[in-house]
Order: sequence, then structure tokens, then C-alpha cells
Amino acid sequence: MTSALSTARAIASGETTARETIAATLARIEKHNPALGAFTAVTAERALAKAGAIDAARARGEPLGVLAGAPFAAKNLFDVKGLPTLAGSKINRARPPADADATLIERLEAAGAILVGALNMGEYAYDFTGQNAHDGPSRNPHDLGHMTGGSSGGSGAAVAGGLVPIALGSDTNGSIRVPASLCGLFGLKPTYGRLSRARSFPFVASFDHLGALARSAEDLALSYDAMQGRDVADPAQTLRAIEPTYPSLEGGVKGLRIAKLGGYFARGAEPCAFEAVERVARALGANTTVELPESDRARAAAYLITMAEGASLHLDRLREQMADFDPDVRDRLIAGAMLPGAWIVKAQKFRGWFREQAAELFRHVDVLLAPATPTRAPKLGQTTFTLDGKEMLVRPNMGIFTQPISFVGLPVVAAPLWTQGEGLPIGVQIIAPPWREDLCLRVARALEREGVATAPVAAGFA
Amino acid sequence: MSDPVFDADALIAASAGLLRLDLSGADLAVVKIHLEAAERLARVALDFPLEDEAEPAPVFSP
Repeated sequence: MTSALSTARAIASGETTARETIAATLARIEKHNPALGAFTAVTAERALAKAGAIDAARARGEPLGVLAGAPFAAKNLFDVKGLPTLAGSKINRARPPADADATLIERLEAAGAILVGALNMGEYAYDFTGQNAHDGPSRNPHDLGHMTGGSSGGSGAAVAGGLVPIALGSDTNGSIRVPASLCGLFGLKPTYGRLSRARSFPFVASFDHLGALARSAEDLALSYDAMQGRDVADPAQTLRAIEPTYPSLEGGVKGLRIAKLGGYFARGAEPCAFEAVERVARALGANTTVELPESDRARAAAYLITMAEGASLHLDRLREQMADFDPDVRDRLIAGAMLPGAWIVKAQKFRGWFREQAAELFRHVDVLLAPATPTRAPKLGQTTFTLDGKEMLVRPNMGIFTQPISFVGLPVVAAPLWTQGEGLPIGVQIIAPPWREDLCLRVARALEREGVATAPVAAGFA
Repeated sequence: MSDPVFDADALIAASAGLLRLDLSGADLAVVKIHLEAAERLARVALDFPLEDEAEPAPVFSP
């Protein structure tokens, strides 16, 4: 249950072996997964084989990768060789087994990390709860009666439950940042186009991002650096060179212009969401508040594009296999198929306008702070909550603060905060200009070093 | 002239044929809730002046 980096160092020094590490990891998964609902498949055989290869390489005196021997797992929309890529669905169980791993799994394994399994998620990623009609819910390790958040719910449960130090997730409108907030983890949604999405199951091509959740900023930076790099198999990927973040991780916040986001991001949530932002702002010496204009419209436009693109992706399956969908997803997709095309094109035009507003704001600040979720984790099965006196559906509205940010592809780290006497955490978004993941990670690391943001393994699983 | 009223039930009924979707397996009351939510959000998103030359961003470079 140590960090990925500590594990890799212990293996490199001979204090332990990769095989011992993976055997202990597999035993923890077997013991705790029934309570957590985190894993949908465990890749024990390949993990032990890979661990054996790392131990043999060490014995031969070969150099080891920076994450050598550290276990990780991936949301089950990532292709894993030999498994059908479920994307949280019943329908995809009929798919043939993937013939290769997703690019990001290949990259982490190239750095020595070891895949131990595939993780539960909301069906087809159209979800902020972490509940799943086919596999059951992932459960919040800090209180098993509460949601993990989603759609990367198994990723949140696996890392907060101490089953793995790093889990891969996807984030279209908040699906890494919401479970990071609800499960008390650091989560990185990189810039749109930064990390390859090759061999992962899509949801909304305009907004789909892949990233990771971890219990330390260090693990997040190391894993992110290992996953960077050009991949022609993702047509939306950037042509930029790799920009490592780990070397500047301890750079601190001195000289950074950090501001809170006001307006839309300062209303419509429970007080704990704003208190968390205030605590982070105080710790960072961020005294100013700035506005990202028309963020309500940005969220609305992202919502409409998501409905329409998601519906388009699944229209044939709706025609042929409607009864096999999770009902909560099915009816949203059907509604999405009925939206006028003129709305969607205009929403995409608004996206161009909103991108310019964000660019203008970042001429005056380096980092923005905003709540990650409007509440702490709701109870499992809870369908509504009341925000600013208005009763709303939980499932579509946990992402009200994440959605405008991913709409224009900005990099974000969600950092977890705790309040004495409260059993559940809540996250804060640390937002930077495009391609400046290094700034998000540096600020997260500074908060971690000061003890403001921490991501412990849940007490019941420590 | 006042705005025409949005009738989600009529849209659902008309769209089913256009989309070749058999909706007997759907919960139409929930589809209606989602369509009405989308219509409210469309008012927020679309009631905003943009130049005719504004470019959509389907392949997006931030």
C-alpha cells in the first residue's frame, strides 16, 4: 500500500521483489474487491509473469524502469490484450478479446509498471456516480454506503482502497475528477490531445481524455510522464514533444499567479465545496478572484454535445439491443439522438469562443482554483440532491464544475481535502493553461507537502 | 409573436420513426425528462451572439 515510486525503489534496492509485490497485491484484491466492487477482471497470470521478468532483469543487472514492479489497473474501457473491452456495458461482453493493450497500458508497462486488472465503471462512461447495472456499484472505500463517483468509479475504489497505487481512467466531462473528489485522491485530466486514446472505447470524441488517479502527486507525475509521447493511432493527439513534469514537481508556488474562479464556480454547491477552495487558496496565498465568462453556457454546450455525440456513437446498438443497456444510460442516449443538429454545431462554435475567453484569462493568471464537485459523496442509490434550494438529479449534475473546464480541454489536477470530523473528502480543481500539466502537478505537490491535500488509503483498508 | 411551446412528447413520437428506433423498450417519461433538461440547457447555450464566421471546433486544438 505504499506509493508506486516507493514500491519501485524497494524492488530496485532488493528490499523486496516484484513477484512478492504482485502476489501481495493480488491477495489484497481477492480479499477486498467483494466489498469495493472495483475490479471486473484480474490479470493475475500476466502480472506474475511480468513481475518474474522484472526480477530476472534485476538479477542480470539490467536497468529497471522508473515504475518497475509497481502495480496498476485500468478502467475497463482500455483495451487489455485477451479481454473484451466492456466499457461498463453488457453489450460489449460479446466483443472479441482485444488483440493488443491500449497505448497507455503499453507505455506504463514499458516503464516497468505491472497491470493487475480491469476496473468497474459507469456504462459507456455516461455517468458521474460509479454505479453499474450489470457489475454492481463501485463503493467508496471511506464509507461503503456512499458512491465513488464516476464514471471511473472502480479506479477511485481501487486506489482509495489501497488495492493499487495508480489507476487509469477517462474523463469526458469530469469522470476522473469526480471520483478523485469523492474518494479523496489526486486525479489528473491532462490537456485534450496530450495522451493517446488509442485502443480505448470512446464516448464523446470532442471531449474524451485519458488520465490517472493516484494517492500522491509524485505517482501522478511519474505515471503521466511515462504515458506521454506521440502516437499516430490517435488522430486527435498533439504533435508536441514530451514535456516531463517530474523534474519540476518540487518547484513550489512562489511566483505563480494563482486565483480563485468566481461567478459560476462560486454558487450552486454545498458550503463544503467552497470551503475547500478557500482552504487551498489561503494555503497558496491566492487572494484574487477572477471570472471565466459565460461558464454556465459552456457547461450547457458541453452537455448538449455530449448527449448528441454519445447518442450518435450508440445509435445502432439502441436500435438492435436496447434492452441490454443500463436504463439510466439508455434513456439519456435516446433523448440525445433527438436533438437538432443546428444546436450541436452552434454549441461547437461557442466552444471556439469560450476557448478564447480562457486564453485571455490565462494572460493574467497561471493557475485557477475551483470546486471539483458540488458535494461530498452521495449515498449509493441516491438519485437527487438539493443545490442552492433546487432539487436536481445527481447523475448528470455532479459534473457542473468539471464540465466547463474539459469543454475547452484545459489540464486539471483534482486535489483531495479533508475536514476534521467528516468521514468523506471533497476535491478542488487546480486548472492551468493548455499543455501546462506541470503547473497543476507542482501546485498539487505543494499542497500535499503542506498537508493541505492528502490521499490516504481508507481506514477500513489500511 | 410568442415562442412556440416545446412539446417533448410530440418530438419523441416524431423522432422515433426518423431514427428508426423502437421505443417500446424505453422509459418515455425519463426520455422526456432528459429532453426537457436539454431544451432548458439549449436556451442557456444558444442564446448568445456569435459571428457568422465563428468556426466550430469538432477536431479541437486547445
